[in-house]
Amino acid sequence: MSWMKKSAVLASITSVALVGAACGNDEGNGATDGDALSGKVVMDGSSTVFPIMEAVAEEYSMEQPDVEVTVGVSGTGGGFKRFVTGETDFSNASREIKEEEAAQAEENGVEYTQLAVALDGLSLVVNPENDWAKDITMEELNKMWTDTSVKTWKDVRSDWPAEEISFFAPGKDSGTYDFFDEKVLDGADIRQDSQLSEDDNVLVTGVAGTKGAIGFFGFAYYVENQDTLRALNVEGIEPTHETINDLSYPLSREIFTYVNNASLKDKEQVADFARFMNENAADLSEEVGYVKMEQARYDENAKVIDEIAGE
Amino acid sequence: MALPNSEFKNDKNLIDRETVSKRIKMRLQMNEVFKYVFMAGLVFALVVLSTLIYDIVTKGAGWVDLDFLRNFPSRRAERAGLYPALIGTLWLMGLIIPIVFVLGVGAAIYLEEYAPKNRLTSFIEVNISNLAGVPSIVFGLLGLTLFVRAMALGNSVIAGALTLALMSLPIVIVAAQESLRSVKQELRHASLGLGASKWQTTFNVVLPSALPGIITGIILSVSRAIGETAPLIMVGAATFISTTPSGIFSDFTALPIQIYNWTGRPQAEFQNLAAAGIIVLMTVLIAMNSVAIYIRNKYSNRN
Repeated sequence: MSWMKKSAVLASITSVALVGAACGNDEGNGATDGDALSGKVVMDGSSTVFPIMEAVAEEYSMEQPDVEVTVGVSGTGGGFKRFVTGETDFSNASREIKEEEAAQAEENGVEYTQLAVALDGLSLVVNPENDWAKDITMEELNKMWTDTSVKTWKDVRSDWPAEEISFFAPGKDSGTYDFFDEKVLDGADIRQDSQLSEDDNVLVTGVAGTKGAIGFFGFAYYVENQDTLRALNVEGIEPTHETINDLSYPLSREIFTYVNNASLKDKEQVADFARFMNENAADLSEEVGYVKMEQARYDENAKVIDEIAGE
Repeated sequence: MALPNSEFKNDKNLIDRETVSKRIKMRLQMNEVFKYVFMAGLVFALVVLSTLIYDIVTKGAGWVDLDFLRNFPSRRAERAGLYPALIGTLWLMGLIIPIVFVLGVGAAIYLEEYAPKNRLTSFIEVNISNLAGVPSIVFGLLGLTLFVRAMALGNSVIAGALTLALMSLPIVIVAAQESLRSVKQELRHASLGLGASKWQTTFNVVLPSALPGIITGIILSVSRAIGETAPLIMVGAATFISTTPSGIFSDFTALPIQIYNWTGRPQAEFQNLAAAGIIVLMTVLIAMNSVAIYIRNKYSNRN
């Protein structure tokens, strides 16, 4: 759970550092209900976070029809490239910002705050005809995804049959891959014979069509394809709403949006949108297939937003 | 009647009729075989195309209605529409066609009618042909550096349109050159002989005769450009936008981006929405092509 702590620390450092700067700024008062705002809110980043932000933007445009909200999907890395130059107000990310990205932001004088918006459980799925593997350990996962001498399920655990394994994984540019890399691969390269695709639906089709297949992707893709796929328990824990929500599922992960502090402070519509997003993220993320966080986390976010926006 | 007959008899001595008829038979057989080979080629293409269209229509037709065209995208499939994407694509088309027409035809006229026939000219021509084969994502990168960043147009419709226009230009130039070249030399001579200047000849005689071919080239390349996703994502077109463009400097999204986004969703209903989006995109393309064919025929009849 060290990554959870790390992100919490990161968020609090950025926010504490900015409380001082935000003091005495009183112009945010206009962002109360009933006021018609205008201007732009520019978001870019991860395609994993996109469905949530699309839903937020959809609801928000009913409240504030004159605010132009754009959400792009350049990917987590592509989004940060624009974010660190100050081009965008929000950058959606399915992983935390990398050191080199943070360094670029600092170089350009862009200060930001990390806001976790929802949870996802990276799900390991197999073909429904696979009647032997019910659960798997992190160690076994590491072995099967990195060691090319593992050819069949028998090589993973000796009482499993000698059925050949086919590997399906998201492309290396995705935040999902980065997360898997960090948690399971431990820095080692993913095996060369795994089939990578940027399109998760291709992975679904691949695993559903191959008896010995294993693959992984976000929880939503598993939930929607439960009739053609089966998820493995990891370390004995099944990926469900509950286990992801309380973080007991070992491959639970937070998904984020990063907000540019200057935008939050100076642009009324950005602050208003950030508040709106934080208030509705729980319900909307559930609606599009993700898992909400504990309410306390959203309350924390709200405090951080208020401190920086100066209200 | 006697004379040809006697000649025929002479031929009979010179030609081995048996070999000839055997060879002719073989040639005719070959002719038959290739007829079916070519027909199979056509049938294959048509079968693939009709399967594709059948698949898309059965999945998507039920989703295309007025609300689908009028609504903004939504997390709920039944409420989702592609209004901003449709308007964005129409904006792109409206900008690309004039840009491509002026630049493409201008370049072709210069190369065909004015440029000296030397090594530099042929070097330029070879490069234009090569550009036609450059992957669209490369044009996207070029657009990002040149239009979005250097010219500071941002992620606007005009930046997207210029990028796609640049991508379409090589094909338009080559097609326009071909059709300018096929205008009969006599027409030019007649015009020049009547005292018209080179420009008058080009504008009033050569260009109208070449127009049908030029328009065909523009239809082909702009149709391709309108279906592109990658270059638009490169120049930073939005995937969701809560407004439609109000001018050439507005942010935008386009149909292929919307379709691409829907195909990537986990829920099956969004795959159907993607199919419905494809139907709309095809309709837009067919409408554009019909207009172009109408214009082409009008000019063809004039000659």
